[in-house]
Amino acid sequence: MIGQHVTVLRNKRDLGTLIHTRRPILPLLPALTLLFMLGPVVAGIWGTLLPAFGHLPAAGLTGPSLEPFRALFDWPGLPRAALLSVTTGIGATVVSLAVVTLLLAGWSGTRQFRVLERLLSPLLSVPHAAAAFGLAFLIAPSGWIARLLSPVMTGWDRPPDLLIVQDPLGLTMMVGLIIKEIPFLILISIAALGQAQAQNSVTIAQALGYGRVTGWLKTVFPRVYAQIRPPVYVVLAYSMSVVDVAVILGPNTPPTLSVQIVKWMSDPDLSMRLLAAAGAIMQLALVVGALAFWRLGEIAVAHFGRRWIASGARGKCDPIIAQVALFSGGASVLAVLFGLVVLAIWSVAGYWSFPDAFPDGFTSRNWTRHGPGAFAALGETGFIAVVVAISALVLTIGCLEAEYRHGLRVTQRAVWLLYLPLLVPQTAFLPGLQTLMLGIGAEVGRIPVMLAHLVFVLPYVFLSLSDPFRAWDTRTGTVAAALGASPDGVLWRVRLPMLLRPILTALAVGLAVSVGQYLPTLLIGGGRVATLTTEAIALASGGDRRAIGVYGLMQTGAALLPFAMALLVPTLVWRNRRGLRHE
Amino acid sequence: MNKGLFLRNVEISNGAQPLLTLSHDIAPGEVLTIMGPSGVGKSTLLAYITGTLSADFAASGRIVLDGHDITHAPAHKRHVGILFQDDLLFPHLSVGANLAFGLAPGGTREERRKKIAEALAEVDLAGFEDRDPATLSGGQKARVALMRMLLSEPCALLLDEPFSRLDTALRAQVRDLVFARAKARSLPVLMVTHDAEDARAAGGKVITLEVQS
Repeated sequence: MIGQHVTVLRNKRDLGTLIHTRRPILPLLPALTLLFMLGPVVAGIWGTLLPAFGHLPAAGLTGPSLEPFRALFDWPGLPRAALLSVTTGIGATVVSLAVVTLLLAGWSGTRQFRVLERLLSPLLSVPHAAAAFGLAFLIAPSGWIARLLSPVMTGWDRPPDLLIVQDPLGLTMMVGLIIKEIPFLILISIAALGQAQAQNSVTIAQALGYGRVTGWLKTVFPRVYAQIRPPVYVVLAYSMSVVDVAVILGPNTPPTLSVQIVKWMSDPDLSMRLLAAAGAIMQLALVVGALAFWRLGEIAVAHFGRRWIASGARGKCDPIIAQVALFSGGASVLAVLFGLVVLAIWSVAGYWSFPDAFPDGFTSRNWTRHGPGAFAALGETGFIAVVVAISALVLTIGCLEAEYRHGLRVTQRAVWLLYLPLLVPQTAFLPGLQTLMLGIGAEVGRIPVMLAHLVFVLPYVFLSLSDPFRAWDTRTGTVAAALGASPDGVLWRVRLPMLLRPILTALAVGLAVSVGQYLPTLLIGGGRVATLTTEAIALASGGDRRAIGVYGLMQTGAALLPFAMALLVPTLVWRNRRGLRHE
Repeated sequence: MNKGLFLRNVEISNGAQPLLTLSHDIAPGEVLTIMGPSGVGKSTLLAYITGTLSADFAASGRIVLDGHDITHAPAHKRHVGILFQDDLLFPHLSVGANLAFGLAPGGTREERRKKIAEALAEVDLAGFEDRDPATLSGGQKARVALMRMLLSEPCALLLDEPFSRLDTALRAQVRDLVFARAKARSLPVLMVTHDAEDARAAGGKVITLEVQS
């Protein structure tokens, strides 16, 4: 590229052409995108570090001092809260990765797997909070499962005195994370499988006498894992520091470290922010430590895996393992689906006494009571999501187009940059960002919330669109240019229409991610921006199942509807264009 | 003005590795065929001429078309038509809209419609305007792609193994059609292929490239 420009400039006569065709904005877009994505993260960590070391001018405190950390270590709940973050985070990641790996090993390419595959996108778009509420309504002592089995099978006339939801070990919270991470990991693994020529390897391994699962694990898994490593790290960092799921399903005394940080942040006593900041730095350190630990684990697994491969073991328990994986995967899918069903039932339930399987009657009263509030929140949610998702889409298309026109190469390191905002725990930098904004007197509210959402929406939109955008046959562009279409003409008249389906899917992904955001909305909105997600989670402590049913359903609908549109619109627009139909 | 496509001291390299050097004049109505094994840089040469050379390659030398130096012109202002082995019809546009995309701007709506109808008739596809390109046979698609390119009134024609996806019977038919249309419009044609039959049918000069080491 540089060489070409030099030749151009050497040739004075062409200088005019160069200036004429220059697009000053496009080459800046990748830098602008990085700024939008990483700027708030870096600023937020800075804004966390200062108060963590006792510097908070807004509260009349100037550092540096180690007092906040001393106070943090004096908090009696710390060991347990920190341990909970680590165990639930690593536990959820190990289990969901194991289920996904064995599911792919045992079933990829089969009929059963295709059924599961079709459910993935809708499952993925169900917000974490709605899935967590659904799970709670299913497995709580007074939940739907207990009601369906009682009293005939259990003999219970009243809900048993068991602490299932919000159990002290965080097991239910782990399950809540697992049922949402499984669809995510399957989806990205399927994308990785496409490049790994998996079927050939498994066929050869089977011809050599290996079982399906063992053959897959020994030949395909190393290649797939190498590709899905960044998202697996994201799952680990996310599970360790999640707030919304932990509020709904996690233990209370003490809660996980991230939940406690948010509690400290919402304390009217400004000095508690120092404690929150110290906790946030601790949370960051825990995540970094866990990622390092995970890396060591990878090395150990690789070492033993190589030995296992060299041993030539053909795999004796393959069918059992495959069945267990299918059962676990199926159960996690059903947990989300039936969770939504029970949310729907509660949203229209009249009187519903314990062991009855269904309410006495159905009523629209819950909707008339909570509907107006929920619709107001829907408006706010939708407005924010649409602005953020469209901005993310425009930036993404700009980046990808700049990459195409200017022949930029994307290195592995740049891919890690995309994952960076998803790897830094939200609780580590959002409190800092809020403190920083207060410090400079910036108004909390809708626009800062949008900017905060953009940090998390951009990577997902980019990851969703980049593969199909790059897979577009560039010879089509050459032909269009040869027919006289300018670079902008090629983009607008050929490339974007051809990519309508993946573009709308990326937009739907962006909308769903924005709809599901809890912590950025809560902290950066200063409690004044009420979306479906913040409202639903505010209901968690009250335990009004009918209200939660209404809000949970609305939240799911807001995330799901765009996916339905992304499927439907291209099918309608291109109904007479067979070359663009299927997929 | 010197009509024709002139390649002057064109040198293309892949990093430090030289790929090819070529200096040749192609007169209007003449076909130059370039043959050679894959990886020798045939398609890269065409990308240099269309102005879409990948950043992985470096190229020098001048490309002169009908007296204009187009070496550094943007791709869409070069008036160089190209046909690939795939038809690459735009799948979101009807056959007629594909042709309208190619048809040089200007003229009333009615005149443009007439020109498209004539172009379709010229290749025995009269009345195909509203068809979805995906529903056409391989030979029909190839003919639409040819007419779409010709309607843009190119000053030269590049062919990148354009017949290799067609079966034998169709192949000769489409090939004759392309060469006849190019000759009728007095276009200089540069074809890269590794099919000796294509080279023979082209009837022009043949340059065989060797892998440089």
